Amino acid sequence: MSQGSAVAPLRGALRIDDAVKIYDPDGARLLAVDHCSLEVAPGEICIIVGPSGCGKTSLLNAIAGFHGLDAGSIRLDGELLCGPERNKAPVGPDRIVVFQNGALFPWKTNLDNVAFGPLVQGRLDRSRARDKARRLMAAAGLSGHEDEYPGEISSGLRRRVEIVRALMNDPAVLLLDEPFRALDALTKSVMHEALLETYYYSRTTIFFITHDLEEAIFLGHRVVVMTARPCRPKRIFDIDIPHPRDYGLLTSKRFREIAAEIATEVDEEALKSFKRGEREG
Amino acid sequence: MTTETAIAVPPQSGRLPAWNARLPRSLFSLRSRRAAISVVLALLFWQIGATSSGWLGVRLPVVGALPSPVAVFVAWSHLINDRGYWQSWYLSFVRVTLGFATAAVVGVPFGLLLTINPTFRGISFPVFEVLRPIPPLAWVPASIIFWPTQELSIDFVIFVGAFYTIVINVLGGAQAIDIRLVQAARSMGASRWNIFRRLILPGVLPSMCVGFEVAIGITWEVVVAAEMISGGGSAGTAAAGGGLGFFIWNSYVGGAYPNIVVGMISIGIAGYLSSVSVRAMASRLTPWLRLR
Amino acid sequence: MSVASDLETRGRAVGAEIPPEQPSSPRLTLALFRVEAWLKSPAPYLMVFGYASLLSFWYLSVEVLKLPRFAQMPALTDVVHEWFSRDPIYGVSIFTAVYYQHVLVSLQRIGIAFVLATGLGVPFGLMLGWSKTFRDYVFPLFELLRPIPVLAWVPLAIVMLPGDELPVIYLTFLASFFATGLNTMLGVRSIDPNYILAAECLGASRWRVFRDVVVPGALPFIFTGLQISVGVAWFSLVAAEMISGQFGLGYLIYTSYTTVQYPTLVIAMFTLGIVGYLTSAAVRHIGDWLMTWRTRQFAMGGRQ
Repeated sequence: MSQGSAVAPLRGALRIDDAVKIYDPDGARLLAVDHCSLEVAPGEICIIVGPSGCGKTSLLNAIAGFHGLDAGSIRLDGELLCGPERNKAPVGPDRIVVFQNGALFPWKTNLDNVAFGPLVQGRLDRSRARDKARRLMAAAGLSGHEDEYPGEISSGLRRRVEIVRALMNDPAVLLLDEPFRALDALTKSVMHEALLETYYYSRTTIFFITHDLEEAIFLGHRVVVMTARPCRPKRIFDIDIPHPRDYGLLTSKRFREIAAEIATEVDEEALKSFKRGEREG
Repeated sequence: MTTETAIAVPPQSGRLPAWNARLPRSLFSLRSRRAAISVVLALLFWQIGATSSGWLGVRLPVVGALPSPVAVFVAWSHLINDRGYWQSWYLSFVRVTLGFATAAVVGVPFGLLLTINPTFRGISFPVFEVLRPIPPLAWVPASIIFWPTQELSIDFVIFVGAFYTIVINVLGGAQAIDIRLVQAARSMGASRWNIFRRLILPGVLPSMCVGFEVAIGITWEVVVAAEMISGGGSAGTAAAGGGLGFFIWNSYVGGAYPNIVVGMISIGIAGYLSSVSVRAMASRLTPWLRLR
Repeated sequence: MSVASDLETRGRAVGAEIPPEQPSSPRLTLALFRVEAWLKSPAPYLMVFGYASLLSFWYLSVEVLKLPRFAQMPALTDVVHEWFSRDPIYGVSIFTAVYYQHVLVSLQRIGIAFVLATGLGVPFGLMLGWSKTFRDYVFPLFELLRPIPVLAWVPLAIVMLPGDELPVIYLTFLASFFATGLNTMLGVRSIDPNYILAAECLGASRWRVFRDVVVPGALPFIFTGLQISVGVAWFSLVAAEMISGQFGLGYLIYTSYTTVQYPTLVIAMFTLGIVGYLTSAAVRHIGDWLMTWRTRQFAMGGRQ
């Protein structure tokens, strides 16, 4: 794997226009997303930060097509995913989600999990899919775990397998909903570097939701701070620290400056959310 | 469909007025209509099949031998006025309640003791397990030999059936209690009695209540079978004295086939009512499960 | 050193320990270790004490103390003697052919009913769980019929179905079918929806989601249902055999009661218990074999 391939990708441009999402649990209509507009450039790592329950997962679900929008539109590379004529985006392998608690199929081996995508899409036959999966797992440092089941390996490894499973399908956008939330700090730092490593290789657009500010700044090209529910971009920070990044920069002056700025913005929203007693989405 | 975004809402609250809260649509929802269609079609199929010898000339297999829904309904309208019929209801209900209550009163402490005392468990559980695969009804003859009255022998068999289910569910519930809760209680200085009373007992309740529901179903099965076996073969008056299971068997022996179906449906209803009451009682015992 | 191999090493440090020296036959060693640990604990001795208490109570109450309530009960010594004698008084022991005939007839009936109930019940339950349309139409009928105790069907079964065998098998089948169908449906409904969403994200069609996610995901529930199903099958079979049947363990129990051959009665009851336990264990082992991913997950002690 080369560090920093030079080809800039042409796909994976996300454009969210004026999105509105209303939840209706038992008649209490709650506004989750309020006229949110956001643009993500192709190949960009865009981090969404915000307090619990602010509606950021709703946004991600709308992009993935798990539910629809009540107003506004989402476009991928210019093509309409959901909008006035079609209120729910189709679910598909161009926008793959990596779930918070992991969704590797426990009844399949890691290899079969990774090979699942191309196999069910009919793009590759069984042996070719497995070969490709084997190669990708090796490239990601996961050889030796092909024939194990997800229940037998640690959660850190499981996350990595899940990310590889997603990248096997060459998605335009990788959607990650607090994927490292349940991991301990040591595992997390390895995961960050692993994610960046795979990013440099594939240059997929990444749409990443998190609470962890250090994670956000370390990984992202841009960090979008969302307001408390209903969510809307409050302020967008450009992280001008160059890629490729390594963990040493956590103590650098520039990192700390950015962290302090973002923290002020986020804390304000977090306090509002805390006072309201929001439950996590 | 896109809703217009002209919703007047103060910017920070995010909570909209419930001006179009969901209408009550349970009665006429798609699901109820489909259910109704299904039931009507099934009844029609039954009616046509049961009377097939009449209009088709040929008696259809299986369905053709059944009494028709119409005949069943007619029989029921007669039975409603028959005192013996309601007596059967009463008798069966009494047996079920007695058997179930006894099983609960013995089974719950037994199960709890199994949980908290390892010595007791070591002695009793293997014996319990070794006798478990023997179906309750296989105990009927042994029970008749042992107990002085027929009523007691039926009650014993019912007890066996419900007892096992309740104990297994108490055990299962106890095993599922999160050990960390026990550790938390201990670290706060709770005595063993308090841990039992405030932690284990409530922790076991949900599983125990599920066990109750299953047990009441099994109780009905056993009651029906026991009534059929012990009263079976004796030709008597229509529905006097035996309970609903006896009533069914008697109707069969007496050739009153529509009554069989009336009896079956009656037991179904009785069983359903019992389940509902057990579930309601369970809900009262576990209020915290209701808040989802 | 390339980043990839660097990652590999760090990954190993985080997620995968280097496995220790494996003994030459790990399974046997583990089994022996477990047996040894068990023997050292109080468990086996308490168990023996429990069985001994039960048996001595039986022996004492009938043969030694001759308690009046127990006057009619068959004696432990008679039962044991009868069961293992070459020339049993009532004709049924482990050395007689008729004993095995009864066992086999019951097993055969259970086998047919169980296979039918599983073959029909699992697909039925899968469809009930997966398709809302199917569920809306069919589940109400299912739930209307289910509260009727299976044994209440006995007279109707005799009326509807020709012969002696079919009603018995039908009753056994019915009990199993309800248990299997219901548990399978619950299994499908309790699958974590994220698995389904993940599969859809990866491009699976509705059929592939059903095949690769729903069916394996529901398997644990299905097998619990199958174990319950075997249990209720025996329950119904015994009752049906006692009420109307030729041969079989239930029939044996009933006739040995009516012909006052009480030792045979007890033999039949115990045999029933043994055979019932074996069938249940067989189902459980098949389940464990089919779901190796689960047994391995539990073996890791939930190392998350």
